[in-house]
Amino acid sequence: MTEGKIIKISGPLVIAEGMREANMFDVVRVGRDRLIGEIIEMHGDRASIQVYEETAGLGRGDIVVSTDAPLSVELGPGLIRNIYDGIQRPLEKMRQVAGANITKGIDLPALDHDEKWDFVATAKMGDEVAAGDIIGYVDETDVIRHKIMVPPGISGKIAYLLSGKYNVTEKIGIIDSPDGTRHELTLMQKWPVRRARPYKEKLPPNVPMITGQRIIDLLFPIAMGGTACVPGPFGSGKTVVQHQLAKWSNVDLVVYIGCGERGNEMTDVLREFPEIIDPRTGKSLMERTVLIANTSDMPVAAREASIYTGITIAEYFRDMGLSVAVIADSTSRWAEALREMSGRLEEMPGDEGYPAYLTSRLAQFYERAGSVVCLGSDGREGALTAIGAVSPPGGDISEPVSQATLRIVKVFWGLDSSLAYRRHFPAINWLNSYSLYKDRLDPWYTENVNKSWTALSVEVSRLLQSESELDEIVKLVGVDALSPEDRLTLEVARSIREDFLQQNAFDETDSYASLDKQFALVELLFYFRDRAAEAIKRGCSIDKLADLPVREAIGRAKAIAEAEYKTVFADIRTRIDKELAAL
Amino acid sequence: MIREYRTIEEVAGPLMLVRKVDGVKYDELGEIELPSGETRRCRVLEVNGSNVLVQLFESSAGLNLAHSKVRFSGHGVELPVSEDMLGRVFSGMGTPIDGGPKIIPKASLDINGTPINPAARNYPNEFIQTGVSTIDGLNTLVRGQKLPIFSGSGLPHANLAAQIARQASVRSDSTDSKFAVVFAAIGITFEEADFFISDFKRTGAIDRTVLFINLASDPAIERISTPRMALTAAEYLAFECDMHVLVIMTDITNYAEALREVSAARKEVPGRRGYPGYLYTDLATMYERAGRKMGSEGSITMIPILTMPEDDKTHPIPDLTGYITEGQIILSREMFRKGYNPPVDVLPSLSRLKDKGIGEGKTREDHAGTMNQLFSSYARGREAKELMVVLGEAALTPVDRLYAKFSDEFEKRYINQGFNENRSIEETLDLGWELLRILPRSEMKRISPKILDKYWPRDEVQS
Repeated sequence: MTEGKIIKISGPLVIAEGMREANMFDVVRVGRDRLIGEIIEMHGDRASIQVYEETAGLGRGDIVVSTDAPLSVELGPGLIRNIYDGIQRPLEKMRQVAGANITKGIDLPALDHDEKWDFVATAKMGDEVAAGDIIGYVDETDVIRHKIMVPPGISGKIAYLLSGKYNVTEKIGIIDSPDGTRHELTLMQKWPVRRARPYKEKLPPNVPMITGQRIIDLLFPIAMGGTACVPGPFGSGKTVVQHQLAKWSNVDLVVYIGCGERGNEMTDVLREFPEIIDPRTGKSLMERTVLIANTSDMPVAAREASIYTGITIAEYFRDMGLSVAVIADSTSRWAEALREMSGRLEEMPGDEGYPAYLTSRLAQFYERAGSVVCLGSDGREGALTAIGAVSPPGGDISEPVSQATLRIVKVFWGLDSSLAYRRHFPAINWLNSYSLYKDRLDPWYTENVNKSWTALSVEVSRLLQSESELDEIVKLVGVDALSPEDRLTLEVARSIREDFLQQNAFDETDSYASLDKQFALVELLFYFRDRAAEAIKRGCSIDKLADLPVREAIGRAKAIAEAEYKTVFADIRTRIDKELAAL
Repeated sequence: MIREYRTIEEVAGPLMLVRKVDGVKYDELGEIELPSGETRRCRVLEVNGSNVLVQLFESSAGLNLAHSKVRFSGHGVELPVSEDMLGRVFSGMGTPIDGGPKIIPKASLDINGTPINPAARNYPNEFIQTGVSTIDGLNTLVRGQKLPIFSGSGLPHANLAAQIARQASVRSDSTDSKFAVVFAAIGITFEEADFFISDFKRTGAIDRTVLFINLASDPAIERISTPRMALTAAEYLAFECDMHVLVIMTDITNYAEALREVSAARKEVPGRRGYPGYLYTDLATMYERAGRKMGSEGSITMIPILTMPEDDKTHPIPDLTGYITEGQIILSREMFRKGYNPPVDVLPSLSRLKDKGIGEGKTREDHAGTMNQLFSSYARGREAKELMVVLGEAALTPVDRLYAKFSDEFEKRYINQGFNENRSIEETLDLGWELLRILPRSEMKRISPKILDKYWPRDEVQS
């Protein structure tokens, strides 16, 4: 164990000498309070350490002790429903131990080391197992069966394995490796956060992650195992979009990382998620959620670590063959933490003071997403979808973090403040957003929803595109100069925007729309368009068409409950026919 | 044992280098004794071997390298606190300047505070009635929220802040005796500070107010501590004395400039517009001290005021503030020129916590629907008016003409209520309905049919 002495302190950066024996990225304990830190640079026997806690009160000569292990997370039963800080300290436990404020030097294990779990062994003594093989399970929540796997790097014959009640540190079994070493197994594994967990093979993503958000599913879908970013200025609804994805996505587990954001937002998730019932399982959403909260007032170095902590936990669940979504809000704050440390290290700055390695670090993070064949002999598949919010200064995405992110991710949901001012939510701009998964996912939609899904989606995009072109003309010469057909296009486009794209996250029924309902809703809007176009051919005036009473019913169609929409939509169609015939 | 050092090596701007010190801690408070016997305060910014870099809180005038002495106190910058602070006036560094006696402290608290554990926060959801329609009706403030006012030079943000401080009340409990205001003046002029003080005196609010005053003429460096002093006092009153504290801080722009001064003196790599890269984190450690905590009855609601240089919302100070706070109230020069007061720019203003603080049992069942409807109708009305400017009224459709009329009336009656009218939430909501009736009922897409039938019966004749 290496022991050194502090010679310099500058904010979260501490330099200690006498550290020649320590390894890069080892975790160290700093000072009398045993603050947690990590070695990020070595010069001779001097180590630069980023400290994950407030450094006030440290002085020259204070002792630094290396733990000889990299920053790691504890992976095992007890993760779900929990809320952790950026270095996986359990915040709820901390509250019980230390009160409402986070004080220095609190040292608590991430998993509850006393809680006993019912372990059911599925492998037997004498079985030959390889890394990643499932040897048993623990029913951690009503929704998630937590599979216990052989840790990466271990294989051999099971010498001993028994079902029973264990805590996460007790020995549940032994594996004898061919080389003669014995490996004791526990319910818990440890894994260094800065290293991606291994898998067998990456697969191209071709199944959509269904979010129940109409603009996303129809126009800019994301694949299971894909990557997406949500940039937007403040007040444009980034966090609501992220919360909606965390609530409604059809994944097995969500890791939500609040990285340098508001404390109250995390509290909101903590209080609200247990109350929301997941439509797919009928259980509380919290049963499938892990929260990482390193709010903006918490130490900046831990913010840097938080996204690695989050994605490592997500990878662990992916390895069980689950589909997992990591939602990070916001990666800009993470990049700023990187910038702050880089500045203190006196590195040569790149663009806007960000370190030159910003792009590669971001790429490393998003590259940990993907659809994979997991380790283990059963060939199970898991997926990790990564979605990051970006908070560009002034909403201008020409800044380095947005640009670096856009080069990596495949889906761009650009939020627009002018839409937000009009209270058009989600404020995703339909003209500049994109999804590069669209072609790849089309076969799935065709097969599973409706064969005209793709055609409909293209039609909607085209209509919105012509609207923006017509709008230019209207601004110059007024709406009267347009032909009745063009005016109908404007009316229908408005209807698409208001009655389809707008979705109220705070409305109980509108918050989530199934793919079938989304499809039926667009079809309904197009039904009106087609009938109205016929009426115009007959000579009906466009003003009359726009004022039909049935349009109010169309406007309310999106808020019809899933159970009733089929009959209600059919009614609306008959009303359209009747009212148009009466004109 | 407290050691004295006579080893000051350099003084440059707000920074000072002291050599050959031992046992000095990071972030420790120090005291400099000048040859004249006068003392000034400073804080350790960096420990590097036996050198320490300290930041002065006061001016460096009169400092002498050969004869000045430095002592370090062994603790960080602290503020003595007690309930007796109410009704008192302090300097930006926390010393009483109203001629009254010294505070007999119940505790001495580090002004940097400690982060609140997100698992220990209580979600803010108690409606505060400010009596201002544009806030109550559209951008509802709740207890424990941080809602800044983005203003520009020459706009009446002080009047709005004073109006809120004067009128703010909570409907659920009538015993509002445990309400307090903490006011931090950060580098503002005497006149502006005096406006607040006289307003507090006039309304009698001064007895439940703690004032921290750093005027434009006071040293800029002191400004770095002023808001933290105020927040420390607020935390004590809120979480130890169970009071509901409203913190008003003006002007954050001056604070950020003081921070930039120190950063520039340290030759740090600057971020946007020369502000340090850690401006976000630094502002967050202040703003995030607002809120409610488990195990405490009290709350801190924060209204920071900042002037946007050139009215530019994308300037780093408003921009980063907007990313941390839970919404923003933006003042508009256009409204002010029209003579509409308070000149709130409704469309870009936002309260993120409004949805949790409104509705049945909190305000009224129709609040959410009418709020969304007013917003989108006003936005559409504004668009129609813009079009009207270019093409003339005749180019508008009949519905758009109604929208244009609606937006005019909305500005004239809803926004323009003056600084002295105190509207109850019912009055605000009823006014909203009255204005919405300018539009056809079929346009009320944001309001659920049930609510619409109750507040706007179908059989009623439409214009």
